[in-house]
Amino acid sequence: MSDNGADAAHGAAVTGAQSLIKSLECAGAENIFGIPGGAILPAYDPLFDSKIRHILVRHEQGAGHAAQGYATATGKVGVCMATSGPGATNLVTPIADAYMDSVPMVAVTGQVGAAFIGTDAFQEADIRGITMPITKHNFLVTDPAEIPRTIAEAFYLASTGRPGPVLVDVAKSALTSMTTFNWPTEINLPGYRPVTRPHSKQIREASRLILEARRPVLYVGGGVIRARASKELRVLAEMTGMPVVTTLMARGAFPDSHPQHLGMPGMHGTVSAVAGLQKSDLIISLGARFDDRVTGNLDSFAPNAKVIHADIDPAEIGKNRIVDVPIVGDCREVIADLIVALQAEQDAGNTGDYEGWVKFLADIKARYPLAYDTPAEGLAPQYVIQRLGQISGPESIYCSGVGQHQMWATHYVGFENPNTWINSGGLGTMGFAVPAAMGAKVGMPDSTVWAIDGDGCFQMTNQELATCTIENIPIKVAIINNESLGMVRQWQTLFYNSRYSNTDLHTGPKRRIPDFVKLAEAYGAVGLSCDNASDVDATINKAMEINDVPVVVDFRVHRDAMVWPMVAAGTSNDAIQYARDLAPDFDEDDL
Amino acid sequence: MSVHTLSVLVENKPGVLARIAGLFSRRGFNIDSLAVGPTEHPEVSRMTIVVNVEESPLEQVTKQLNKLVEVIKIVELEDREAIERELLLVKVKADADTRGQVLDAVQLFRAKVVDVATDAITIEVTGNADKLSDFLKVLEPFGIRELVQSGTIAIGRGGRSITERTLRPTPVPVPVPQSA
Repeated sequence: MSDNGADAAHGAAVTGAQSLIKSLECAGAENIFGIPGGAILPAYDPLFDSKIRHILVRHEQGAGHAAQGYATATGKVGVCMATSGPGATNLVTPIADAYMDSVPMVAVTGQVGAAFIGTDAFQEADIRGITMPITKHNFLVTDPAEIPRTIAEAFYLASTGRPGPVLVDVAKSALTSMTTFNWPTEINLPGYRPVTRPHSKQIREASRLILEARRPVLYVGGGVIRARASKELRVLAEMTGMPVVTTLMARGAFPDSHPQHLGMPGMHGTVSAVAGLQKSDLIISLGARFDDRVTGNLDSFAPNAKVIHADIDPAEIGKNRIVDVPIVGDCREVIADLIVALQAEQDAGNTGDYEGWVKFLADIKARYPLAYDTPAEGLAPQYVIQRLGQISGPESIYCSGVGQHQMWATHYVGFENPNTWINSGGLGTMGFAVPAAMGAKVGMPDSTVWAIDGDGCFQMTNQELATCTIENIPIKVAIINNESLGMVRQWQTLFYNSRYSNTDLHTGPKRRIPDFVKLAEAYGAVGLSCDNASDVDATINKAMEINDVPVVVDFRVHRDAMVWPMVAAGTSNDAIQYARDLAPDFDEDDL
Repeated sequence: MSVHTLSVLVENKPGVLARIAGLFSRRGFNIDSLAVGPTEHPEVSRMTIVVNVEESPLEQVTKQLNKLVEVIKIVELEDREAIERELLLVKVKADADTRGQVLDAVQLFRAKVVDVATDAITIEVTGNADKLSDFLKVLEPFGIRELVQSGTIAIGRGGRSITERTLRPTPVPVPVPQSA
């Protein structure tokens, strides 16, 4: 029996709704983001008296992304709640997002009464069927006696193994019926046994390859963040001297300031990180999944590399790239075991020789650092983000939407700590930033939380500023306003002869529809604007001083700035461009 | 491409067939046949799924199936080490002139007549896919009016059971939340 203080009297006669709320308390839910409606209404009555804080959002998508932001910032399970039909379908995007990025989340939805299921009743949608492909698991509960066990299983599934979203759909009739409440003491899921301990034979084999390699690279993915393995990763990297790349989902898992860090690989990766993978003879993949945005054209990806692939999800191993040493296990345990094995080798005098490789990459990193052009007129978006990262610092939490601002943020903020970078990686959901920042701030109230957002993204979910103001969640929003759907516009510049079909958002400079400063004020937030490099610091500092209400800063940036480096979609990583029509020169003879 | 027979033990819960069918369709794997039924354990159903894939996609199918929480165990049954059976019911034209020949075929294939009408007979036959297709070839000249065929079911040879060890309960304690 859990002794978490939830005053759940065992065996007491309660309604299904009371049982649901008691179960959520017992499972450790402290915050729920949601909106009530007909089918879930019975649950909102006992929730009114619960110690769980319910945050009334303005759109269910906001509830879902907030739960994701909360979960990513804290490592705990995020919880969102919605009613049947449209309430539930509005959760589909965040659920899919959480599935792609392995975010531990439980979504509770009301369903029409059991007798009405299948009759096309008012606000009926088969949300269990709809979310089957985008949840780790989901449940439909029609028997109130099943509520506690189902909630316990949902939290267990969401938070263990490879984390992910779990949906619990509860029929209204189950909420209104009487039942007895019994919080289970054990979980029995015969088909669910995640392996966390790596196999010792595979660890030995991996150490052997690491020692034999001359050009190894640690390819670090989001699994290292979810496994809380940053400390171990640093030990492994420093004891061996191997270079490190961190994917979009792993930014912060290894300090950006660390000399062994080559940065982020992939379509918009740094030249050194792309070269680090491409020219390597051994890739040690830790909680990464050889995503197409990292590998580019798979056939020409890292052609001379052997692969050690460690992941808690066996299905990721060998899915895209043939593997030499598969290791199924939790990244923290895998890295810890590798450290022990390699330490023993070092004690016996066996170390890897990576000197030429490290020098080769250091040279590339020095010759092709992250860089941007300062425009003759207007404000460079990269500069805004760089200053934001420097002024707010690496202890702050940064959320982003999807597009150019996301890529600039991943490169220029400067991450030193895990769980400080929260973005939509796999699904690429525009509109993620504001609600995710809201959730992160609820989970980490003492941290400064910035949403770095685009003017397109911001307009998809900015209604949650109302929630933030009313619920006293003082997030800060930096809109990187280039008056367009910037990443799409960049592709139009590069691949569609600069024909800007439907990418102009008219958020400036002639007309500002909407005026973001006024919009912020309408929501009870502070609205600031900045269109000049010399005002950037003062504007950020002013935003840093406001901690009682949300702040929105409209950074009116140069609209033609592009994200570089870039590997065009579907091409080989060898074809990386450092800037437009400018290919780096890899001197492989130096190797 | 090659044909593989998978025995999949699943929890007998609503929606599990939809989960499996959905997984195959969204990952782009084709199912040749699928048969579902109860096992000696009431809480467990057994699916026999025949797929036609290369070796490496097969590994991916198996791994993805294993990720489904309600899938308990997957065993690939190799041709030589397993008995595979399908059931066929076929309605063949047969009048006074041809009935004798059709009945000869029934005998040769150890099939069984299950219904007789003046102009047709209905035959039941079991066997592996090859036998059933051979049987249909023999019947074809008489005129096949209707046929229905089950998916393959299969069981491993020898005394071992794939369900025995798998179904021992392995409960884990409900985690206590980090803070409350």
